[in-house]
Amino acid sequence: MKESTLKKKKKRLIFRTAMLAVMVGLIAFALISNLKDDKSAVAKGEQAPNFQLNKFGTDEVVSLDDLEGQGVMINFWATYCEPCKEEMPYMEELYSEYKDKNVEILAVNLDSTNIVVERFQERYGLSFPILHDKNGQVMDQYNVSRLPSTLFVNADGVVEEQVVGPLTLDKLDGYLNEITPET
Amino acid sequence: MNEITCECGHVNPEGTVLCESCGKPVEDNQHLNGNENQTLLNMRYDGSARRSQTYNRTFIDKVWNFFSSVKVGVWLIVITLIASAIGTLLPQEMYIPPGSDASTHYRDQYGLIGQIYYQLGFHNLFSSWWYMLLLALIGISIIIASLDRFIPLYKTLKTQKPKRHDQFMKKQRIFGKTESDSIDMHLMKENLKKNRYKVTEEDGSLFAEKNRFSRWGPYVNHIGLIVFLLGTLLRFVPALYVDEFVWVREGETKMITGTEGQYYIKNEDFILENYDENDERFQEAIMRNGQPVPKTYQTNAVIYERTDDIVVGKDPELKEVKEAEARVNHPIKFENYTLYQASYQQNEFNEMTFKLHDMDDEDSSYGEFTIDLDDPETEYELDSGHVVVLGSYFPEYELDDGEPVSVSKYPRNPAFVFNVYPPGESDGEPEVSFAGIGANVDGSGENEFKVGLVDFDVRDVTGLTVRKDYTLPFIALGGAIFMIGVIQGMYWNHRRIWVKPKDNGVWIAGHTNKNWVALKREIEKSTKGTGIETPVDQQELKD
Repeated sequence: MKESTLKKKKKRLIFRTAMLAVMVGLIAFALISNLKDDKSAVAKGEQAPNFQLNKFGTDEVVSLDDLEGQGVMINFWATYCEPCKEEMPYMEELYSEYKDKNVEILAVNLDSTNIVVERFQERYGLSFPILHDKNGQVMDQYNVSRLPSTLFVNADGVVEEQVVGPLTLDKLDGYLNEITPET
Repeated sequence: MNEITCECGHVNPEGTVLCESCGKPVEDNQHLNGNENQTLLNMRYDGSARRSQTYNRTFIDKVWNFFSSVKVGVWLIVITLIASAIGTLLPQEMYIPPGSDASTHYRDQYGLIGQIYYQLGFHNLFSSWWYMLLLALIGISIIIASLDRFIPLYKTLKTQKPKRHDQFMKKQRIFGKTESDSIDMHLMKENLKKNRYKVTEEDGSLFAEKNRFSRWGPYVNHIGLIVFLLGTLLRFVPALYVDEFVWVREGETKMITGTEGQYYIKNEDFILENYDENDERFQEAIMRNGQPVPKTYQTNAVIYERTDDIVVGKDPELKEVKEAEARVNHPIKFENYTLYQASYQQNEFNEMTFKLHDMDDEDSSYGEFTIDLDDPETEYELDSGHVVVLGSYFPEYELDDGEPVSVSKYPRNPAFVFNVYPPGESDGEPEVSFAGIGANVDGSGENEFKVGLVDFDVRDVTGLTVRKDYTLPFIALGGAIFMIGVIQGMYWNHRRIWVKPKDNGVWIAGHTNKNWVALKREIEKSTKGTGIETPVDQQELKD
């Protein structure tokens, strides 16, 4: 084969490869963007985005960044969500134990009225902080679509585990253990 | 298996059917265009080497050649068309009644077919991954097939020489031999020029050509399509395209979805106006409709911009941007966002007023109290000294196994458990009662007092579509280029006439990509007075 032919062939191969690579890249971009649209924004292994919310019925402000160095369990719930009621007693049961081990529970509530949550808190005797996400902004930010939804964030602010649906006592204990900082 | 050197001396690329320069059919390649045993040449792409057959085919070449095939492209389009058609048979997910679950809705409504429809993802067809993949494959097919045809055709038309091979001339659809020694080639040339042909000469052979650019029409058209597709692709970039939805209750200030926490909206008032039922002009139409016909939907809103650093969940500091109204077709515009009036919900409870009275005397009264359903107080002290404590509040009340529960946080069907303490007896046992819309239950059966509903106030909720779109210019540009391509290819025809002197006269041949009648007419006009006989249409002779 002549040298010029070889050269031409090589040029063509490079051109075709480049064209196909660009087009495949564009398609991959489109498909991934499309998929991302309806999947959760905060995934396992990602940094949990910061938020700042009021503690229920008080002016006390809690921000996630302030809890750096601690394990944080973020639980999205509402009084009108039946399965949420199941796991609340478990959280209460384990709260004081893990509080001593430097793990905080943040129960992000999505109700709109104080009284409903107050009554709930009284009824179930909950002592962990309940934060009021009145407009559901934090829920949007974390792309939570079903309640209850729980994220376990480790001391470095990285999401270790993400659970949709109610937790059992055993599972809760296990996950909380995972995010307990080493001392 | 490499380049083909024609007897005219021109070196053609492998796969050439007709010599780029003189048009002589390359003997071994006639099957490529189906020219064997034909009296006429297939002139598609001027016999250029369309799909170079590479000797050592790599994987890339195989992929490339697959997409280069028009047959593959047509199949992709057909499959996409069928899929699109199926996607319109049942409503898409976004059009099923709000609140219904797609996983059961299709089965319940349409049976087995509905179930299959849902399982295969047809309920969300136009954003399903495989539909997008089909569109993308069509895009690739368009690009590769165009490149593989445009480049060889362009090269061939650029290389073509005025003097054509005898076999090429003979096998043209328009062809004629004139045997005469009094032929005026000069006049022929002038005539062709008068008909706005571009004439070149080689060894006495004439070559007249016009409107070659119309051959590029389809490719320009395809560029338009690609720009269009890329424009739609840009919609995945959040900075360029936002399409969101936001519900805002009257009196509520809410973050506008899709603005990344930058903008807030307050719904001052939602107005729904119906056509006047007492107006004679509308009566008939309203009767026919069976229910009131809305005339206007309008949201009076205030738009705010957040001025402090954005921390999600934190109460924002707001600065008013503008006051505006959103009506159907008259959206609110601010910065690069547009808010369209898209939906509404009416009659959500806002306030409820109760009165405490004797169980058996509705007209008695110990005082009234009003509950703000967004922020109820825990207890209400009445003028008479009675205290009513809210034992429980259920915004959207339902009975679940005999237990009152709320199924949402929105006051759509509010209900309460009231604990009533008579004056001075706040330490004693309260009277318990349950009150809701159309329900009032005495807790003990021996209550002295009753909490009765006197009045309520409702509010509306407006639904607005939030949109930001920077992709429209691209899509419009794509559409414009597409149209230019169509016009270019449709309204002009590429016409060529060859005249070749022979020992005892001349040969004449003509070719066009469409509108043969016009070409024949122009040849007739040009040959007038030159002594050249009007050529015949060999295609017509055959038929």
